[in-house]
Amino acid sequence: MSIPGLLPELEVIRKDFPILERVLDGGRPLVYLDSANTSQKPQVVIDTMVDHLEHHNANVARAMHQLGAESSEAFEAARDKVAAFIKAPSRDEVIFTKNATEALNLVANTLAWRGDLQVGEGDEVVITEMEHHSNIVPWQLLTERTGATLRWFGLTDDGRLDLSDIDELITERTKVVSLAWVSNMLGTINPVREIADRAHQVGAIVVVDASQAAPQLPVDVVASGADVLVFTGHKVVGPTGIGVLWGRREVLEALPPFHGGGEMIETVRMERSTYAGIPHKFEAGTPPIVEAVGLGAAVDYLGHVGMDAIHAHEQAITAYALEGLRTVPGLTVMGPLDAASRGGAISFEITGVHPHDVAQVLDSRGIAVRAGHHCAKPAHARFGVQSSTRMSSYLYTTPAEIDALVDGLNYTRSYFKLGE
Amino acid sequence: MDLDSLYQEIILDHYKHPHHAGLRDPYEAEVHHVNPTCGDELTLRVHLADGVVSDVSYDAMGCSISQASASVMADLLIGKDVDEAMSIHQTFLELMQGKGQVEPDEDVLGDGIAFAGVAKFPARVKCALLSWMAWKDATAQSLEKEKA
Ligand SMILES: Cc1ncc(COP(=O)(O)O)c(C=O)c1O
Repeated sequence: MSIPGLLPELEVIRKDFPILERVLDGGRPLVYLDSANTSQKPQVVIDTMVDHLEHHNANVARAMHQLGAESSEAFEAARDKVAAFIKAPSRDEVIFTKNATEALNLVANTLAWRGDLQVGEGDEVVITEMEHHSNIVPWQLLTERTGATLRWFGLTDDGRLDLSDIDELITERTKVVSLAWVSNMLGTINPVREIADRAHQVGAIVVVDASQAAPQLPVDVVASGADVLVFTGHKVVGPTGIGVLWGRREVLEALPPFHGGGEMIETVRMERSTYAGIPHKFEAGTPPIVEAVGLGAAVDYLGHVGMDAIHAHEQAITAYALEGLRTVPGLTVMGPLDAASRGGAISFEITGVHPHDVAQVLDSRGIAVRAGHHCAKPAHARFGVQSSTRMSSYLYTTPAEIDALVDGLNYTRSYFKLGE
Repeated sequence: MDLDSLYQEIILDHYKHPHHAGLRDPYEAEVHHVNPTCGDELTLRVHLADGVVSDVSYDAMGCSISQASASVMADLLIGKDVDEAMSIHQTFLELMQGKGQVEPDEDVLGDGIAFAGVAKFPARVKCALLSWMAWKDATAQSLEKEKA
């Protein structure tokens, strides 16, 4: 089965991911449709990390020996690769964090402290109703602690941002606008640039959560309009334990340090310290070295396949999945129904079967999906549901896997004795 | 994993036709419990009279396992002495935490034995226990109130 837009060498790509050959208990082949949760890893990422640990392991920046130099070089080369992946104007603007969550918390925390960008009483922070909890709770904490006000864009019935009140929401009181580029629940691709332009007119800074965008879309941080953009390594075929915070140099320089410790200093006296320049100012302590090296290999891999080609593949699979899901009686997709305006995560409900039970029956057939609120409770509440089932594809997903999902959903309905 | 060992007929029956569902008066304590990983939610009320669990009423949103569990629990506990109900609670808890190794006692657990298979699915044990934990919490609060 081939459909236009699929990666031409899909079978070769699949061979790059050893886990896809995994056979589960009972002899079921794996159908992995949970890539928005975490992506699988190609052999080259696994090998690069093993090679680093086997041959080059040492601490970075503070070991005066050959291994130390090799390790530092590999770590800093990973920064170069990430900078190229997101078209960052400068490698120094790329900061390694633990994950997207830590990157968002870094920004939301440092904005509370004294400085040019400090958020205080009377100021406003604007987010959206479709955010992941990691782009909601840090801003709630910030506004609660500083006396600022949290506001948000609502959603339309078809799962897009409701921009009708943008001029009431983004005003001269707005200090920060933070939003997801691609929703992890609704799949919606948001008009980041349009919102960023409006935010910049009032002097606000724009934070973009690209956790679901970076795996699927070509990212150009400058063109996106973001002042700060974050994503997480494990969703871009990299390892867990590593995330990225990119920020415009002026913004990163204006923010005070987050964690204090080794590597983030220039000099330390007992009374006071001075701080290193970016990126090190925000990288206190021994960083996740092998994870960064693995992430470098991951974004290199995606670059070789080509983000335009990956995006086209996602759109083809998503369109095919939307079509297949439509044939399942009682199934409702949440979010936009045209593949062009969405990413590869599709959440849905089936009348009469709870998402937990859907996921359980699918699991018994080797199909891995996510069931629950996907860390987006407000977005679920907006659509009057408590939870949903989510399938999410990636560059290794085949139309045959979508067929298996659709068959599995029909079987789920018959298992729970639902009529036509 | 064998799906049918998880989804026993009894469980699916209770899911489709829950017993004692809905919130009723009178009650001494009302609690709201959630399962943070999946978002299942339950509001539960307990009415105690003369040392007897005279009513358990609830409003539950969740999967088949959590809904059926609330229904079976209400069947089992309504009309029992508080002490006996607590001991049934303990027996059910042990069954759920037994990783599939505990032989269920039908004389004590009635339809509750259908949940024996759930114990083999670690991700679902919390679903089965949601209502039981809520009941224990509400009963403890009712007893506190009685004392006061
Ligand atoms: C849109 C979005 N933002 C943030 C995150 C958080 O990523 P992490 O848990 O790796 O920090 C996720 C992933 O779950 C996500 O989908």
